[in-house]
Amino acid sequence: MSVNAVSELGRRELTRWFWRQLTSMRTALFLLLLLAIAAVPGSLVPQRGVDARAVEAYFLDHPDSAPTLDRLGFFSVYTSPWFSAIYLLLMVSLIGCIVPRSFVYLRALRARPPKAPRNFSRLPASASFETAASLDEVLAAGRQALGRARIDVADGGPDMAELSAEKGFLREAGNLVFHISVVVVLVGVAVGTLFGYRGAAIVTEGDGFSNVLTQYDEFGSGSLFDPESLPPFSLDLDQFTAKFQTAGPQRGAPRLFEAKGSFAPSPGATERMFDITVNHPLQIGSTSVYLVGQGYAPIIKVTDAKGNVVFNDAVPFLPTDSTYTSNGVVKVTGAEPEQLGFQGFFLPTAVTSGGADASFSAFPAPLNPFLGLFVWHGDLGLDDGTPQSVYILDKSKMEQYMNGDKGFRISLSKGQVTDLPDGGTIQFVDLKQFARFQISSSPLVKVPLIGIVAGLLGLVMSLSIKPRRTWIRARRDGSRTVVDVAVLDRVPRDDLPADLDVFLERFRGALDETEEKV
Amino acid sequence: MTLAQFEQISNYAVASATGILALAFVAYVAQWGFARNVAPDRELVDAGTSTDGHSAPDRAGPVDRSDLAGGIGFSLTGLAWIILLLGVVARGLSAERVPWGNMYEFGCASTLVALTAYIVLVRVWEIDWVGPIITGSGTVVLGLSALVFVPPGPLVPALHSYWLVIHVLGAMIAGAAFLVGAAASVLYLVKARAERNTAPDDRTGFLWRIPSSAKIDQVAYRVHAFAFPIWTFAALIAGPIWAQYAWGRYWGWDPKEVWAFITWVVYAGYLHARATAGWRGKSAAILALVGFATFVFNFVGINLFVAGMHSYAK
Repeated sequence: MSVNAVSELGRRELTRWFWRQLTSMRTALFLLLLLAIAAVPGSLVPQRGVDARAVEAYFLDHPDSAPTLDRLGFFSVYTSPWFSAIYLLLMVSLIGCIVPRSFVYLRALRARPPKAPRNFSRLPASASFETAASLDEVLAAGRQALGRARIDVADGGPDMAELSAEKGFLREAGNLVFHISVVVVLVGVAVGTLFGYRGAAIVTEGDGFSNVLTQYDEFGSGSLFDPESLPPFSLDLDQFTAKFQTAGPQRGAPRLFEAKGSFAPSPGATERMFDITVNHPLQIGSTSVYLVGQGYAPIIKVTDAKGNVVFNDAVPFLPTDSTYTSNGVVKVTGAEPEQLGFQGFFLPTAVTSGGADASFSAFPAPLNPFLGLFVWHGDLGLDDGTPQSVYILDKSKMEQYMNGDKGFRISLSKGQVTDLPDGGTIQFVDLKQFARFQISSSPLVKVPLIGIVAGLLGLVMSLSIKPRRTWIRARRDGSRTVVDVAVLDRVPRDDLPADLDVFLERFRGALDETEEKV
Repeated sequence: MTLAQFEQISNYAVASATGILALAFVAYVAQWGFARNVAPDRELVDAGTSTDGHSAPDRAGPVDRSDLAGGIGFSLTGLAWIILLLGVVARGLSAERVPWGNMYEFGCASTLVALTAYIVLVRVWEIDWVGPIITGSGTVVLGLSALVFVPPGPLVPALHSYWLVIHVLGAMIAGAAFLVGAAASVLYLVKARAERNTAPDDRTGFLWRIPSSAKIDQVAYRVHAFAFPIWTFAALIAGPIWAQYAWGRYWGWDPKEVWAFITWVVYAGYLHARATAGWRGKSAAILALVGFATFVFNFVGINLFVAGMHSYAK
């Protein structure tokens, strides 16, 4: 029994000791610096949440180290247990610091300025002067010179008066506002992440998009987001404009991307026009539609050996570099007798460098559009219901058409038709552009914003306001009054002597005025 | 004038400013060098290092030469500022936009802001003792900017926003103040060490003609206390707001964002360190220098070696 009581006490002591350690400034400082160090790897190794494809590439380039790094959470640093642990500890430390300090501050707000110390010369800065003014006049002038300060006057009998003043309470208020706002920002960010969603969809000119999960190419959401709650809007992309620098050293640099079309906020609602450019998203209720990418979608027409048109559609080719060299795949499920698959590249401005096949793109705009494809025949693997990416050809049950020991190659400029090996044709009918939209909603996005703006104001207050105590003691000495002044700053500053001179000047100026009036 | 003429003016002006700033650096180094054997003059220490030239009778030749070199250094810095201002303005006119759209322009414009901060603070707090560090860094930044020179031209669509003006200007002002703060912190460390280790009789040289380490620390703190809220605004308010418009998320852990956050955290650590027993003084000053190193790495390392959405280097 007694042993238990001791360990009970010991545990409580230990908890209290631990809590004191955690909420100490030294620990907070240590955690802050640890947070800075922990954030570093996320900028040097690709992150899944930022660029999943770069992570895959990293695995291919570093097969030895990547799995180890992955186990340590280096590819998702900012959601990893160790990063989370640091900032959660920091939050606890912060709250453990804010709460008691707030109570101390509330008590300080009600407190009166402390009484004047006996010996002014022990304070960082003090001065004395003599005047002919009376005690009351000295105190009145002192009040005037102090301005907006909390002032107490202690009556020391007929021959002495003391004045205590304190100002600069807003410094600690600013300090508390700043630290509370850090918590508000983090809570706001957490709520936005948990209930928000973000997805991307490719929409070709002339096509539309409805805001349901199946229409997204990529989709990610917070763990508390309900996919049923996607707002039911739809949009149609009528025209996409891309302009590039045509001359000079920055030739080929993008100048304008603009997507125009119409949207309906809900089924059956009146359609409205939209015009989305980079930096100017479309706002539909709480959802925003951003233009984050673009590329080309050649219209490809395929006929099979029987002469039936089995495919006639625009196929988005995903750009891989700044001149829009793009990769894509065409899946012809309705081809008879076997399904056909095409995989290849698209060049907006094809330039041939010597050899017949070695082409590259010289400019991002479609000045000389060119399509280069290889062909497979067999089973596309779509019938068993396994979901497949539309940008990847599953060749496991397909066989490539060959031309000697090289793959059979199709080269098409816009409008051209060519024959397929087992009969049928393929035509590069026309060229469209596609827009890649990012559609996202982060609820309460204003909370972190308001939090950080309030935090900035608090920060400026806490860094610029001087909390200062001033004492004035006036003693009658014959027909004269001896005035002693002392000041104490609650934060160390070294400019006190000059500061005190400025105050004394103001003080004596106020005294002179009173004397003149008398 | 045509755009090409503005471009030419800008290029000549930036090149001249680089040369003049290098000469200013040499003059400031000479200011320290001439005074290397001079014992401190109590009056001078109290009054700061005045360069107004009314010399006391016992002032030896080295002091006069040192003061003259310092005066020349400050004048050359002022001249470099005027010519660099011309260069930056002409660059903006030739590109028909704000002149901080790529790494070269950011280097020139932020050097201009740093020189402005220095000249203003010399007037206010007489901090001409950081002159060698400021002019030296300015020369290096301008020289390295020439390595990433690109001819003026319009901006990519993502930069078509007035937030470019606000966000980048804020970052430049904060960066300029961080530079002055870092320079003061370096001198604080040097001076504090000398104050501990040098016997009173051995105290000769320019180091003893600049203010005490406590005073230098105060200047460093004030500059950082000015810079930190501006950095908060530029990196954590203006940046996220613009990112929300341009990229559809206010914070995405892009490498540039990560390092802006790291810089912020380290300087927050500096401000706390000054209020923590055992961290005041030396440790705090070292933290300020670490903070500045993260800022510089964000500008140079992340721009040139790490791909991200802020890839505006070229």
